[in-house]
Amino acid sequence: MFNYTFQWKQALARLPQMLDGAIVTMQIAILSMAIGILLAVVLTMFRLSGNRALSAIAKTWVEIARNTPALFQIYMAHFGLGSFGIHLSPFASILLGITFNNAGYLTENFRGALKAIPDTQTRAGRSLGFGAAGAFRYIVLPQMLRISFLPMTNQMVWAILMTSLGVTVGMNSDLYGVTQDLNALTFRTFELFAVAAVIFYLITKVITLGARLVASRLFRY
Amino acid sequence: MFDTALTAADFVFLAKGAGVTIIVTLISVLAGTILGILFGVFRYQVGAIWAAPLTFVLDIFRSIPLLIQLVLANAFIGTILQIRISGFTVACIVLSMYTAAFCSEIVRGGIEAVPATTRRAARSLGMTWGQDMREIVLPLATRVALPSWIGLALGVMKDSALVYVVQVTELLKSTQILITRLQEPLLLLLICGAFYFVISFPLARFGGYLEKRWSND
Amino acid sequence: MIEIENVRKSFGSLEVLKGIDLTVQKGEVVTIIGGSGSGKSTLLTCINGLEPIDSGRILVDGTEVHAKGTDLNKLRRKIGIVFQQFNAFPHLTVLENVTLAQRKVLKRSRAEAEAEAVKQLNHVGLGDKLKVYPGRLSGGQQQRMAIARALAMSPDYMLFDEVTSALDPQLVGEVLDTLRMLAGEGMTMICVTHEMKFAREVSDRVAFFHKGVMAEIAPPEQLFGNPKDTELQKFLSATH
Ligand SMILES: Nc1ncnc2c1ncn2[C@@H]1O[C@H](COP(=O)(O)OP(=O)(O)OP(=O)(O)O)[C@@H](O)[C@H]1O
Ligand SMILES: [Mg+2]
Repeated sequence: MFNYTFQWKQALARLPQMLDGAIVTMQIAILSMAIGILLAVVLTMFRLSGNRALSAIAKTWVEIARNTPALFQIYMAHFGLGSFGIHLSPFASILLGITFNNAGYLTENFRGALKAIPDTQTRAGRSLGFGAAGAFRYIVLPQMLRISFLPMTNQMVWAILMTSLGVTVGMNSDLYGVTQDLNALTFRTFELFAVAAVIFYLITKVITLGARLVASRLFRY
Repeated sequence: MFDTALTAADFVFLAKGAGVTIIVTLISVLAGTILGILFGVFRYQVGAIWAAPLTFVLDIFRSIPLLIQLVLANAFIGTILQIRISGFTVACIVLSMYTAAFCSEIVRGGIEAVPATTRRAARSLGMTWGQDMREIVLPLATRVALPSWIGLALGVMKDSALVYVVQVTELLKSTQILITRLQEPLLLLLICGAFYFVISFPLARFGGYLEKRWSND
Repeated sequence: MIEIENVRKSFGSLEVLKGIDLTVQKGEVVTIIGGSGSGKSTLLTCINGLEPIDSGRILVDGTEVHAKGTDLNKLRRKIGIVFQQFNAFPHLTVLENVTLAQRKVLKRSRAEAEAEAVKQLNHVGLGDKLKVYPGRLSGGQQQRMAIARALAMSPDYMLFDEVTSALDPQLVGEVLDTLRMLAGEGMTMICVTHEMKFAREVSDRVAFFHKGVMAEIAPPEQLFGNPKDTELQKFLSATH
C-alpha cells in the first residue's frame, strides 16, 4: 500500500532505552506535581491571607502560568534565569518550568474548590476552639483536596505531556529526549515516535485509572 | 534594559512570528471547532457504545504530547505517504484534530447539561429533532460550553508554540532565533511572553465572567 | 456566668443590636424569641467572639470576650454553639466529627476522645452511627451529632441558634427532646427558638427581641401569660 517498509523491529529493539526514558519522564512529572501541590497550597493561603502583597504574588503567578505557553515558562526557567547568572541544568529547568505551571493551575483549581466549601464550615471549626490555621488544616483543606482531586489528576496528565518540552532546553534522558536521540541515530522517525506515543498513552491511562481507584478508596463520603 | 541590540528589523521578524501564531491558531480553532461540534453531536446522538471507536481515537489526541503528534504526522505524510506539503499545513491539520478532540468533549458536555425534561417538553410541543436542537439545545448548551471553549481556543494558541517542530517559525521560535543571535534572552522572552499574555489574559477573564454570569441563573 | 452589658453592633449602617443587657446565671436556661432579623443570631455569635462588637462588653466567667488580650480559641472551648445549619464536617465520620476538636484542640488522646464521643453520641441517641458519614444521616440526626460534637468539648455553656428550623416537622421532636434533657441536667443554655411550646417548658426566663432591642424578659408564665410589650403581644398572637 505504501512505498515504505516499516521497520518496527528496529524501534522495538530500543524499547529498554525508551522505558528508562519513561521513568525519567514519570520522575519529572511526579516531582513537579508534589512540589506544585505544596506551592499551590501556599499560594492559596497567600490569597486568603488578606495581605495585599502576598495575594498579588499569588495572582501574578497564577495569571502568568495560565496565560503564557508552557514552553515559554520553560524557556524562562532556562534562558531567562540564565541572564541573572543562574544557570540551571536541563533537568532543573524542565522541572522548574513544569512545577511553575502546575502550581499556577492548581492554585486556580483550589480557589474554585474553596468557593464550594461554605464559610459555615470554618465558623463551625472556629466555634469548637480551632484557630484560623487549625480550621483550615483539619476542616477546609481535606474537603478542598477532595474537590480538586479530579483536576489534580488532569494536571498530572498535563505534567507528563509537558515533559516532552524538555528537549528544547537540552534534556535528553526523558522519554521524548531519548526518542529524539535514537531518531538521530537510526532515522526511523515514525516507528520510534509511534512507540513513544504508545508509551505516553499507556502512562496517561494508568494515571487516570489509578486515580479513579485511589479516589474510590480515599473518598468514601 | 533599553540599551539593546534589538533593531527595527528584529521587531518586524517577531511581528511576523506573532502573525504566524495567530493565523495557525485561527485556522485550527475554526476547523477544529467545526469538527468538534460534528464529533460531539455524533457521540451524543449514537450513545457511548457506538461512539466508542471515535471516542478512542479522539482520546489519543489528548493523551500523547502534541510534539509527538506533530512529528508523527509530519513523518507519516512526508516519508510514508510521500506527499509534499508544507509544515504549515501539517501544523494546521494536527492542531485542528487536537482542537476537535477537546472540543467534542466540551460539546457533548454542553448537550448533556440540557435537562432531558426540557427537551421532552420541546418535542411534545411538536418540535422536530432539528428544531429542538436549534431552538432549545443550542442556546442552552452554548451557555455551558462557551466559557470552556474560550479556554480551549486560548490553550490552542499557547500550544501552537510547539509547531516549530515541523519547521513553522511562529512567535516563540522567532524569539528563540533572536535569542541565539542577540544573546538577550530576558528582554526577548519578556516581549514574547507579553504578547501571549495580552491576548490570553483579557479573553480568559471574559470567559470567567461569562461562566459566572451564566451559572447564576 | 455570662454578662452582656449594653452591647451595640452594626453591619455597615444597619444597627442590629441596640444596647443589649442580659445576665445568664450558671445553670439557667434562657430562650430568645423574636422576629426575623431582630438580632438573635448576631447576639449568639458575639457571645463566643465570632463577631466583633462596637461597644459595651460581654463577660464569660469574668473574662471579657472582645478585650484585646483574650484568647478566643481558649474561651470558645467553654462555650458550645450549635447552628441552624448543622455544619457537619462531611469528610469525617460521625465519630471523627466528634473526636476531631477534642484531639486537636483539647489535645486529648485518641482513646480518651473516642470514649467521650461514644458517651455523647449515645446520649443523643446516635450510638449506632459511629462509622457513618454525615451525608447518610437525616437532618435531625446530623443536628444531634452537632450537639454531641459541641458537648464532647465539655463546655460550661451551650448556645443554640434555631436548631430545629431547618428540620422537617417530624424530626423537630427528637432534637427538642435532646435539648430538654440537657436543660434537665443543669446545663447553662441560651436557646434562640421559634418553638413557643418548648420555650415555655424549659426556660427559666424568656427574652423577646425586636429590631435589635430586648423588648421584654420574664419567666415564661409571665411573658406568655401576661405580655406587656405591644410588639410582643402582636408577635405572640401572630405565632398562634
Ligand atoms: N454578616 C452580616 N453582614 C451584614 N448584615 C448582617 C450580617 N449578619 C446579619 N446581618 C443582618 O443583621 C440583621 C440581624 O440578623 P440576625 O441573623 O441576627 O437576625 P435573627 O434575629 O437571627 O433573624 P432570623 O430569625 O431570621 O434568624 C439582619 O437584618 C441581617 O440581615
Ligand atoms: Mg438567626
